[in-house]
Amino acid sequence: MKLTDSREIKADPATVWRAILDPDVLKECIPGCESLTGSIAEGFEAAVVQKVGPVKARFTGVVHLTDIDEGRSVKISGEGKGGAAGFAKGGAVVTLEPIPEGTRLTYDVDASVGGKIAQLGSRIIDGFAKKMADDFFARFQQAVEGPEADEVAATDETDEKKKGWFKRLIGG
Amino acid sequence: MPKDSGIGASSKRREDIRFLTGRGVYTDDITLHGELHAVMVRSTVANGKIVSVGTARAETMPGVQAVFTGADFAAVGGNPAGWLINSRDGTPMREPKRPVLAHGKVRHVGDAYAAVVANTYEQARDAAQAISDDTVIEELPAIVNMAAAVANPANRVHDEIPDNVCYDWGWIEDNRAKVDAAIKSAPHVTTLELVNNRLVPNAMEPRASIGEYFPGTGDYKLTTTSQNPHLTRLLVAAFVLGIPENKLTVVAPDVGGGFGSKIYHYGEEALVLAAAKKLHRPVRWTAERSESFLSDAHGRDHETKIELASDLEGNFIAIRTTTLANVGAYLSNFSTVTPTFLHGTLMAGPYKVPNVYVNVKTVFTNTAPVDAYRGAGRPEATYSIERVVDKMCRELNLDPFEVRRKNFLTTDMFPYTTPVGLVYDTGNYQATLEKAVQLADVAGFEKRAAASRAKGRLRGMGLSTWIEACGIAPSHLVGILGARVGLYDAATVRVNATGNLSVMVGAHSHGQGHETVFAQIVSSKLGVPESSVEIVHGDTSKIPFGMGSYGSRSLAVCGVAMDKALDKIIAKGKKIAAHMLEAAEGDITFADGKFSVAGTDKAKTFGEIAFSAYVPHNYPLETLEPGLEETAFYDPANFTYPAGAYICEVEVDPDTGRVEVASFTCADDFGNVMNPMIVEGQVHGGVGQGIGQALLENAHYDENGQLLTGSYMDYAMPRADDVPFYTVDHSCSTPCTHNPLGVKGCGEAGAIGSPPAVVNAVIDALHRAGHKIDHIDMPVSPSRVWSAMNA
Repeated sequence: MKLTDSREIKADPATVWRAILDPDVLKECIPGCESLTGSIAEGFEAAVVQKVGPVKARFTGVVHLTDIDEGRSVKISGEGKGGAAGFAKGGAVVTLEPIPEGTRLTYDVDASVGGKIAQLGSRIIDGFAKKMADDFFARFQQAVEGPEADEVAATDETDEKKKGWFKRLIGG
Repeated sequence: MPKDSGIGASSKRREDIRFLTGRGVYTDDITLHGELHAVMVRSTVANGKIVSVGTARAETMPGVQAVFTGADFAAVGGNPAGWLINSRDGTPMREPKRPVLAHGKVRHVGDAYAAVVANTYEQARDAAQAISDDTVIEELPAIVNMAAAVANPANRVHDEIPDNVCYDWGWIEDNRAKVDAAIKSAPHVTTLELVNNRLVPNAMEPRASIGEYFPGTGDYKLTTTSQNPHLTRLLVAAFVLGIPENKLTVVAPDVGGGFGSKIYHYGEEALVLAAAKKLHRPVRWTAERSESFLSDAHGRDHETKIELASDLEGNFIAIRTTTLANVGAYLSNFSTVTPTFLHGTLMAGPYKVPNVYVNVKTVFTNTAPVDAYRGAGRPEATYSIERVVDKMCRELNLDPFEVRRKNFLTTDMFPYTTPVGLVYDTGNYQATLEKAVQLADVAGFEKRAAASRAKGRLRGMGLSTWIEACGIAPSHLVGILGARVGLYDAATVRVNATGNLSVMVGAHSHGQGHETVFAQIVSSKLGVPESSVEIVHGDTSKIPFGMGSYGSRSLAVCGVAMDKALDKIIAKGKKIAAHMLEAAEGDITFADGKFSVAGTDKAKTFGEIAFSAYVPHNYPLETLEPGLEETAFYDPANFTYPAGAYICEVEVDPDTGRVEVASFTCADDFGNVMNPMIVEGQVHGGVGQGIGQALLENAHYDENGQLLTGSYMDYAMPRADDVPFYTVDHSCSTPCTHNPLGVKGCGEAGAIGSPPAVVNAVIDALHRAGHKIDHIDMPVSPSRVWSAMNA
């Protein structure tokens, strides 16, 4: 399945780019990610727990960042085996462009599944993949920007806390 | 008055007592001392190179007795195709080896490349999962779409077959130029492109097999879900494993439905036998439902372009078809004949159409094998013809009933040689059509349509006048056409000393009711009660070499073999009676269970003759052997040609596109009917499957070769509320002219004749409501109907 969407992130492209290349951000943003180890050069080993319709499984596999166009675009691709559940694989080409509000992040996702997930969960797989992608980039946006304004308003937090944890980390 | 027993009676199905009370004994019900459990390891990708099969961890797991991979079977034979088809240019079809376990490459999702045998099912399953996890398969681009498979020679299902084509068949090649010319010069040509949707057989009982090996004697036994145990024995013993036939017994006990899918020999049968031999313990395997979806032979899957040439009054001039037929990844046993001789030879229908030419390209794809499924080729032919005739009527503004009447073969034309090579022996298509018109109350349609409109529904009526060729088959003819087996059948009638009978038949009953019907025939013929006749089937150590049940052949071939064996029993009985009654053999008559001297009251009962044959104290031993047991083989002279007319009415909900079958009327000619209730049940089941194909069922592979309709959540089986109460009639009977029972086959008819009736009715409903929609492919689902209406 294929899907395309974009998000406007209130941070400059350089900040967004650094976040994309940060394994801790990746780990935080992949829904259900239990562990992620490795490096950009060698690829990452990942373990992800997900439930697709009636099939719940722990997928183990690799995540690679390729086609890196510094500051502008990168392809994040992964492939995981879920034991009896079958397998899932896919990739997202992420493109950044500067806009007055910060950065427009566009993603083109191409994902496929096989084995029992395909056999039993096909009706819901498109919706599932969309949700996975939406969740990933929503978390990513939050990691970079900080929580939504109205969430923040409901709490009494300092300016420092309003920043996304990634920004805090890099002191941006 | 309906009869209460014997031929023509609606005797209750004796097998239903055990089936309906849970006392049937199916393969999976059998438990053996010391048995082990096999689980297959199946590919999750559609096309892949096997880099390494990871067996090491599995071999050390608890309870694991043995692990098998493709390498273990590389030296034994492959599962053969039962029919050689030649291409138009005379070259033989391409026959890739179909191994017990995939070796080197996997070719469809569900293709088994390893197997585990362990003490318990759970242990075997865990170890199978470990193998799946530890195996490296390099995924290759899947070949799913037939047109792309043919057009793209670089992507191959089998490396040695460059264009993925098994054969390019023309029937009849000599007709081709004449048909082309007739179509070119015809006043009108109707063209229709359609898909005959792929179906999963969905027998209620999944496939299961138990292998046994007896080291003391070197004998093997295979208990398996088969429609034809002798054929399975021949295939697994002689072709695959190289076991002498005399050392293997194959038993098919109660079998819960087959619909074609259990005709074929499958790799699991060879696997359990090989494993039993290696381990000296029984090895069992039962498919999960998920495995059935992935690995049972599927049905249909044709893409066809049909052209019907006619004059402007609707008189047919020529039919030409071009079909791509999907055979899947490997050649299942009858996969090559199904889209050819079981399809192309029916393309004249019940009509006077002088010119017919059929072209079929059968294509390998990375999908499960496709083979015969209830109707097998004939539903595809009937659907193409009856849909294009319907479209022609609309294009020329002609009445579909009148067009059929005008083009039907008439009763004075039989025997009739069609332009596609069959000889129809008898029929009366006018009679079944008029009967259906009357039973369906065609005259009252407008009134019903108005009532439907009043409640916001669009009503339509569809007609299908079908014919099929079944009771397969004359061995001489099919041999010329490429069959690698004969298609006779056999029966042994053993009269026991006490006068009751054991009848061993080559046909196999997996729901049809043979145990009841065959006993009815014996009862009528010998004048004995049905209850004194036992029908024995399904065990190669007990039954003569028959070819089993498929192609609506059980009664028309095996039933006739039994009838001939009964003739021999009566002939011998007359000899015994002549001796006992001190009369000339020629003066003995047999009727109502008594051998009598003509013109006298001297008689011996059947029981007395039987007793005498086994206690031959007063017996012509010098000229006659004792005992009363006879075997007959019967090879039919021709196919039988059942035919009929189906009228379907539907209501379409214009808001949702949902189609409801409002009524379904069948007027069939099955020749002489042995048990009307069972025949009606067969028609109900067949039409139910046809409605399923027309409205609901579809086996869908995505572009990666993943089966997306792999469970009952996504594969829509017809349920009770999807089918109407049927009106079924078989009074318009023209008995088959070449078998002594005058019977034709009835098992597949419903599935053959019904899909076009349903689809024609939907198109009719839409046209009546002003939607100029020529065609909607099956399954005619709510979304397809709604989309067509709102395009």
